[in-house]
Amino acid sequence: MYGGGYIYDPENKNQAPIAEDPEKLAEFEAKIDNGEKIEPSDWMPYEYRRQLIRMIEQHAHSEIIGALPEGTWITRAPGFKRKMALIAKVQDEIGHGQLLYAAAETLGKPREQMLNDLLSGKSKYSNVFNYPAKTWADVAVIGFLIDAGAIINQLANSKGSYAPYGRALKRICAEESFHLKQGYEAFVYLATGTSTQRAMLQDAVNRWWPPIMHFFGPSDKISVHTEKLIRWQVKMDTNDNMRNDFLEQYVPKIWELDITLPDPNLRKNPETGRWEYTEPDWDEFFRVISGNGPCNKERLDVRRWVEESGRWVRQALFKPNEIYKVPLA
Amino acid sequence: MSSLDPRINRLDLVKTAQAENIQPHQHWETYEVFVQAKRGGHHTHAGSLHAADHDMALIFAKEQFARRGQCHNIWVVKTSNIFALNTEDADMFAENNEKKYRNTGGFKVSDKITQYKRSHKHTQPDETD
Repeated sequence: MYGGGYIYDPENKNQAPIAEDPEKLAEFEAKIDNGEKIEPSDWMPYEYRRQLIRMIEQHAHSEIIGALPEGTWITRAPGFKRKMALIAKVQDEIGHGQLLYAAAETLGKPREQMLNDLLSGKSKYSNVFNYPAKTWADVAVIGFLIDAGAIINQLANSKGSYAPYGRALKRICAEESFHLKQGYEAFVYLATGTSTQRAMLQDAVNRWWPPIMHFFGPSDKISVHTEKLIRWQVKMDTNDNMRNDFLEQYVPKIWELDITLPDPNLRKNPETGRWEYTEPDWDEFFRVISGNGPCNKERLDVRRWVEESGRWVRQALFKPNEIYKVPLA
Repeated sequence: MSSLDPRINRLDLVKTAQAENIQPHQHWETYEVFVQAKRGGHHTHAGSLHAADHDMALIFAKEQFARRGQCHNIWVVKTSNIFALNTEDADMFAENNEKKYRNTGGFKVSDKITQYKRSHKHTQPDETD
């Protein structure tokens, strides 16, 4: 999991644009147009660095927070195989968080600062994790559909211009395909099971559909600064295009199991080849991401508890004379 | 607040107010990790991690970079012990491909041999004589 298409960026509105050296900027943009990758020690525009830090940091936080709703189901997972798979998946997510923090660090923001910003609420994580995983079927839906969404987003981003992020994402995507497959198997198992199992799955799908539609971020009509980020290959596709790719690949897989989706307008337009749907409730999206979702408080409280409870270990092993160095790549 | 997870409800979450105060360098140093996928191959850079010392770095590297698939050996090196060229100086390598005398392609003999054989054909001893 779990990079959504949305980059939370509240400070951008009032900030004056930074005047960049036009010659260096042209050189930088020519490099990107040429398909070359940007390494940490290369010159890059301020805005490119800032947006990348924001995006990679949010992605990292999403991996760490995303492990919480699933982690709570390890003890209750039905059967040994599911338990082992869920433990492996949760460990992968934390590992992905660490890879992504390292990629963001190469841009100059220390990991300690990123964690402080997560815990104070200054930086965000993917909005889907502000919703509760009520039953085992929720875990199947998350493992199948949220991970599927994340793969679409991450495969696109792995071809982006910033080399350390691309390298981390390639490693991550390989593991995500295991997450998707085990989630799909759990999903199919319930969908082809008893009527109680099917009802439990249908209920979970109904509850998760709005957050899943939100996952790729606001509609292109209201999404800001997409154009420049696409030009610099920070974002590799628009939110609506990625949402469409997701619907194209996964709605048929849900419908063929006679599981319904709670949107009467959802259909593929045979003329345009694109999917049509009821516009997701973006007011709800912004309300939840700004801290008022059902689980925001619990997620951050748990993360704070972990930080505080483990702090004595970090302090015991702390060597004040060691020099911190930004990771190389 | 009541969580769906009974374990979370058992934690005393109210007392935690000072968490977002992680001091610089509390997450220790960074190490670069090199993984050798199989015996006989090169160690290849796989990524970086934070650790308090090299023993911990090796344990974390094993967890982070060798959870599945083939792995034979791992090196960890403190990032501060790596000296690297600046990527902006990459133009120093621009002429590498022009140094034909360093490559096999810079040394061609077939034309000479063909020419030699053609011009010396009449002097070759005739075995049928």
